[in-house]
Amino acid sequence: MKKSHDIRRYPGFGTVTVLFFLWLYAPIAVVIWLSFNENRIVSVWTGFSLKWYRAALDNGPLLDAVRTSLIVAVVATAIATTVALMAAMVLSRNPTMRGAKLSETVVNLPLLLPEIVLAVATLILFSQLGLADGMTRLIVAHSTFCTPFAFLPIRARLQGMSTDYEEAAQDLYAKPLTAFRRVTLPLILPGVFSGAMLSFVISMDDFITSNMLATGGTTTLPVYFFSLIKKSASPELNAISTLLIVLSLVLASAALVLSMRAMRRDP
Amino acid sequence: MRRGFRFWGLVPAWVLMAVTLLAPLVIVALVSVAKRGAYGGFEWDFTLAPYRDILFTAGWSDELEFDPKYVLIIGRTVLLALITTAICMALALPVAYVIATRGPRAKALLIYLVTLPFWVSMIVRVYAWLIILGNDGFGGRLWQFLGGEGSLLFTPTAMLIGMVYSYIPLMVLPVFAAIEKLDPALLEAGADLYASRWTTARRVIVPLAWPGLAAGAILVFVPALGTVLEPMLLGGGKQITMGTLIQTQFGSARNWPFGAAIALVLMALVMGVLIVNALRAGHKREAEA
Repeated sequence: MKKSHDIRRYPGFGTVTVLFFLWLYAPIAVVIWLSFNENRIVSVWTGFSLKWYRAALDNGPLLDAVRTSLIVAVVATAIATTVALMAAMVLSRNPTMRGAKLSETVVNLPLLLPEIVLAVATLILFSQLGLADGMTRLIVAHSTFCTPFAFLPIRARLQGMSTDYEEAAQDLYAKPLTAFRRVTLPLILPGVFSGAMLSFVISMDDFITSNMLATGGTTTLPVYFFSLIKKSASPELNAISTLLIVLSLVLASAALVLSMRAMRRDP
Repeated sequence: MRRGFRFWGLVPAWVLMAVTLLAPLVIVALVSVAKRGAYGGFEWDFTLAPYRDILFTAGWSDELEFDPKYVLIIGRTVLLALITTAICMALALPVAYVIATRGPRAKALLIYLVTLPFWVSMIVRVYAWLIILGNDGFGGRLWQFLGGEGSLLFTPTAMLIGMVYSYIPLMVLPVFAAIEKLDPALLEAGADLYASRWTTARRVIVPLAWPGLAAGAILVFVPALGTVLEPMLLGGGKQITMGTLIQTQFGSARNWPFGAAIALVLMALVMGVLIVNALRAGHKREAEA
């Protein structure tokens, strides 16, 4: 059959798809490309240079912001992943228990609410409680919206796994906690890792909530980035963007590959 | 599993969500009927003034006049979200179709490529469009070349480009999932019955892809309603949406009760969409059973 007569082909669809992928990656490519530009005007290319990376690495407030972001992301990821792992274990083993559906909805609720609403709600709560410490505010708020991102991959992993191994371990007189640590946890580890990596990325990238809650001393990287955009269009922004892009893409890719592999290996 | 763990395993999740999510939402509702504080914040004193302020403004002698300002902002936000959803649907259909008709390896790779940009920080993505759509950027030049008036940046069009870019993966994925299940024999049947390609598309592909399009519409429409960064940066602060309005009330305008009232209106809109969607899904399940 000649290709043009194949009823499954639609003229123009291929072109649209190619243009779509170009459009999808154009902004990322443009920012990375311009980060190596020596000109101080953001969007005019004049030659290759690494000076904006050097400028970024010499920028004290920027490094402080990176440190704040890393601390918040690490602690929030640890909390979110632990909470999500426990909830996922219970919910996948007892799908018919009372309140299972409600619990699942509540865990995923941060995904359903507009982030700005959650951000102002948390701001009011903290101001009422008199919680003024910026770091604590950020860690608590980030733990909340990271939880569903940790929960979903772990839940998916547990869903596809039979309980035979765990039961076998318990038949061999392993205590429940031992059975979990030695048998179940290693089996669901890919899901746990991908959940943790996704929540780390989500926390590192967050702007809306962090901007609402940040206090003087605790500016996160995206919040600092925003203040730079407002101040001036320095090419340093391109260098910082590129570093953020690389971090997000590497972690998200690792998370996706891990969960896909895990799914393929499973019977 | 022992009963003990069943209970204790869910406690951390419930405590976290109750304290940092459910309680704050209740507090927002309470603040939306509280009195505005003299120096920002609020005082616990019941009043419906924040909701009244959405519709009315006090005239010279304190008489209330209808002021459509905020109603227009709410309407514009809904309209922007609707247009974003429509563009995403139109774009996702051909793209998802092409991806779904590839081999298994290419399919996995392309889906991965669709998801990837979604994980890049929202602020970096919007910043990238700020550069591209600026007068020196490629998009800005293209706009002038095509005879566009003034600059493209800080217009509703620029905002729409940014919003479609932000949310398109949420549309492509469910549409792809729906089209992938489609049996190619149905397309052949269409051709055998002398339907043209486009008739087959309209009568077979679109109806079968519809569950995916509907799911994608919810996933795109809901976050698009609460969008903040695109109007702030690509709209240049001139294009106010509900998201930026809430942001200003808690920031420079220092009118928390009014901000809380707008946040509640936004929540009500989102919940309305989700409830209608759940009811529709329920009806369908009943009809099929």
